[in-house]
Amino acid sequence: MNFSEVFKQTNQLCKVSPDGKYLATCVQYRLVVRDVSTLQILQLYTCLDQVSHMEWSSDSLFILCAMYNRGLVQVWSLEQPDWHCKIDEGSIGLVSSRWSPDGRHILNTTEFHLRVTVWSLCTKAVSYIKYPKACQKGIDFSRDGRYMALAERRDCKDYVCVFVCDDWHLLRHFETETQDLAGLEWSPNGCVLAVWDSCLEYKVLLYSLDGRLLSTYSAYEWSLGVKSVSWSPSSQFLAIGSYDEKVRILNHITWKKITQFEHPAIIDNTKATVYKEAEKRPGVGSDEMPLHNITMGATLFNTQSKYEICPLPVQIPVVKPDPDRASPKIGISVLAFSSDSRYLATKNDNMATAVWVWDMQKMSLEAVLEQTSAVRCFQWDPLRPRLALCAGNTKLYLWSPGGCVSVQVPTEGGFQVQSLNWHCSGDSLILLGKEQLCLCYMDTDQEDNCSPDKNM
Amino acid sequence: LHQNTLDFISVKNYEISSISHVTMSPSRRNNLVSMYSFPLSKSSYSVISAFCTEDNIPQCISYINQELASLGLSSTCIEAISPGDTGLSTVPALNAMYELLQIHRRSMCNLEELEREQLRKSSTLEHIQMSNTRLKDQLELSIREKSGLHETERQLQLKIKTLQSCLKTEKDEVQKLQSVIASRASQYSHDAKRKEREAVKLKERLSQLLIDRKDKKLAIDVLNCLGRADGKRRHWKTTKATSSHEDEMYKSLLSDYEASQRSLMLENAELKKVLQQMKKEMMHILSPRQPSTRGATADDSQEQVSESHTCDASRESLDQYCEHAREQLTNSIRQQWRKLRNHVERLDSQASQAQNQLESNKEVIPRETHEDEMERMRCEVQQCREFIHAQQQLLQQQLNTSFDDETAALLNDCYTLEEKERLKEEWRLFEEQKRNFERERKNFTEAAIRLGREKKAFEEDRASWLKNQFLNMTPFTHRRRYSSSDGQSALSISNEPEIRMSSVKSQLAKSSTYTTFSTPRPSQSAPVPSTTELYRTLRLIPDSRYYSVTLLVHRVLRSGGMSIFSLGEDENSFT
Repeated sequence: MNFSEVFKQTNQLCKVSPDGKYLATCVQYRLVVRDVSTLQILQLYTCLDQVSHMEWSSDSLFILCAMYNRGLVQVWSLEQPDWHCKIDEGSIGLVSSRWSPDGRHILNTTEFHLRVTVWSLCTKAVSYIKYPKACQKGIDFSRDGRYMALAERRDCKDYVCVFVCDDWHLLRHFETETQDLAGLEWSPNGCVLAVWDSCLEYKVLLYSLDGRLLSTYSAYEWSLGVKSVSWSPSSQFLAIGSYDEKVRILNHITWKKITQFEHPAIIDNTKATVYKEAEKRPGVGSDEMPLHNITMGATLFNTQSKYEICPLPVQIPVVKPDPDRASPKIGISVLAFSSDSRYLATKNDNMATAVWVWDMQKMSLEAVLEQTSAVRCFQWDPLRPRLALCAGNTKLYLWSPGGCVSVQVPTEGGFQVQSLNWHCSGDSLILLGKEQLCLCYMDTDQEDNCSPDKNM
Repeated sequence: LHQNTLDFISVKNYEISSISHVTMSPSRRNNLVSMYSFPLSKSSYSVISAFCTEDNIPQCISYINQELASLGLSSTCIEAISPGDTGLSTVPALNAMYELLQIHRRSMCNLEELEREQLRKSSTLEHIQMSNTRLKDQLELSIREKSGLHETERQLQLKIKTLQSCLKTEKDEVQKLQSVIASRASQYSHDAKRKEREAVKLKERLSQLLIDRKDKKLAIDVLNCLGRADGKRRHWKTTKATSSHEDEMYKSLLSDYEASQRSLMLENAELKKVLQQMKKEMMHILSPRQPSTRGATADDSQEQVSESHTCDASRESLDQYCEHAREQLTNSIRQQWRKLRNHVERLDSQASQAQNQLESNKEVIPRETHEDEMERMRCEVQQCREFIHAQQQLLQQQLNTSFDDETAALLNDCYTLEEKERLKEEWRLFEEQKRNFERERKNFTEAAIRLGREKKAFEEDRASWLKNQFLNMTPFTHRRRYSSSDGQSALSISNEPEIRMSSVKSQLAKSSTYTTFSTPRPSQSAPVPSTTELYRTLRLIPDSRYYSVTLLVHRVLRSGGMSIFSLGEDENSFT
């Protein structure tokens, strides 16, 4: 495992192009595009203000830089550095900007969710979509980029609009049976739309592409409901994380619950492996090689950590949430399926230091990673069943079915990993600190070491 | 006589006293009193000594008599010997005394008995009193307990009452709270709606204002317009376009459904296969045991038949997804499953029973002896096994060393062995005979053929000789004679003695030479030798044994079959 040198970035704006060739980073008001392999600067663009949002177009040819505080969007072309485009939303304000899947339209959401403006870079045409709903996830594009679902609020009722992205034709418009729609998400095959209600009511609705209601699911009433929803890449499962610290898995045939994963504070499931991160000061027993930690040569000058397999039962530290505060820190907030749909990683908010990995074939708990500090972010390798996570410290953690590793990021000046992103090839990771970034390259032999049975 | 009467009196007295005793028993108390009073009087006598003096003897006597009479001893009166005499007549006095003593002893006995009885009674009384007090204590205790329980019950009832009231208040509270929540929720939703409407209105106003202001800033500034990512030009929005969108949507939906249906079908087929297999295995498991376990009733067999029928039907239906067939399959599976379950349950119950029995046995037989027994039996089994093994080995050895028919037969059975042996012996003899017969037959045929040929040759020779003779007489004899004498005649002449000399046994080789010699004659045919010829030949070999054979040979030659020959021989040998 190798690490690149550290680069500057602001607002954690750092993205690899969809084709995996370029790396775009924003530093204040500058946009820097580098070659991923050499890390040499290919282009440098100067925006009008500090960039608040940056996004690659789907064809990796254009980069969108949104400056929300000025209501401005600037688009840069990689092929024609002279080409420029500036979209000004004016005094109506801008809160969100994104590419349409074809990479020729930009969708801007104005302040107060007054409307969604669709700008065409082909014709300069502008169109408006009124009444977009301000919610957790109000817009979602289908995986193939053909359809867009938009949550809408009219006359105190929720609606869903399905647009054809090709020409923004309104394909379907239907009312949903929700009190207060909180989000919607297409299934990866683009045929089913999952819609869920706000946390006040546990309700998940499944609509067909043509607007038919396929199924309604509600696990319980009265207490706080859905917190997160995620489709498996195979479209086979819909995982619903809720405030009752459980994940419920729905199947794609009957849309009924197959199983539910509980997150108990005391783990006594003998089939699960509990990896506990153990920190140790440098010099103390550095000669002993821990079983599940491949220590890096460059980690001698910092606190080392390693994973230990805990004998069961294990008590996971639990923080009791304050009941008086809104949106309590409890329940499953993050759900992520591995690329092969084999594993599901979850995080329960009142057990911030633990990441749970579930086996979707056995429908049981596979592993629990108990960190010394709160987990910030985790992401699956786009190709392999390998989970990378960071916990706001100087280490990078990797889990695979074969075991667990903790790796010290060997940079000076206390590079603290706040967030991470996999490169689409799965060969490298982009680690984002507060104002820095660094690339981590996975060696092939290293891979073999840390995931000896990734082919299973 | 006096003595006799005395005796009589005494006996009578005894009887009477016994009677009196019996009669007295109801008034035992009085008797007792009198008994007690008697020693008193006795003591008074010793102390005062004033009962009888010289002066008051008659009075005393009369008194005593009275007393005796009152005691029922009236028959024995004590009398003075004479009215003036002080001396008593001894017999009655002694009798009376005896009676009295008897009475006394009896009463003493009685007394003792009574005392004993009294003692016993008093002890039982004491015991009863004790138990009485104990029971009283118990009664008191239980009464106290009862009252305590009553008290607790009362308290509990009180508690229940309070709790019930609490529950009621709580329920009321809950209801109240629920109504509060509901009202608040409705209020909240109402407010939210109001606010939302306001917000919407505000938004509308805002956008209107923004539009009205003709916001100059709202603009897009592009250097040059881009082509579409797919390189196509933008379509016009037409009904055709919208319908094509619909089409596409339905197409994608359809393809998705098709894909899912395909996968489901595959899964279904797989499951069906599994079901089928399961069913088969179940049937396999169930069928052989059915007769033993459930006694193979007609009902069962019928069921089986129907099952096999449905099985076939379902197998056929694997390809055709017919609702009916599927139902049948699942039904039959269900049936079988039920059977299996019943069977397993029965087995379970049997097992548990067996276990129970075992346990009960265990109670009877101690574990050690059981184990000892087991060990012993194991040893025995081991020994037996070894024995069997050794036997087998020996047998094998024997078989290996001399594996002939007899030993093989020995393995089977004694009787059959014997029979077999006998038969074999016979067979061998029979075979030998057969061989002999055959040889002889061959000889005979050879001989017959040879004779025929010889005869023919002789005839020919004679003919040729005659011819020669005749020709010699003719003028052109010279040339003819030369040729014929050179060839056949010389040969035949040389042949004849050879044949005659040859023995019967070495005929085969000779005959072959003969045939080679005889082949040059094309006109020659081997006629079947006639019976007379055979006879003639046979006369040359005078043996009685061969005589019987000749008949057979004759028969064979006529029928021309070897099998018939053998059959005939069989008949011969057996008859």
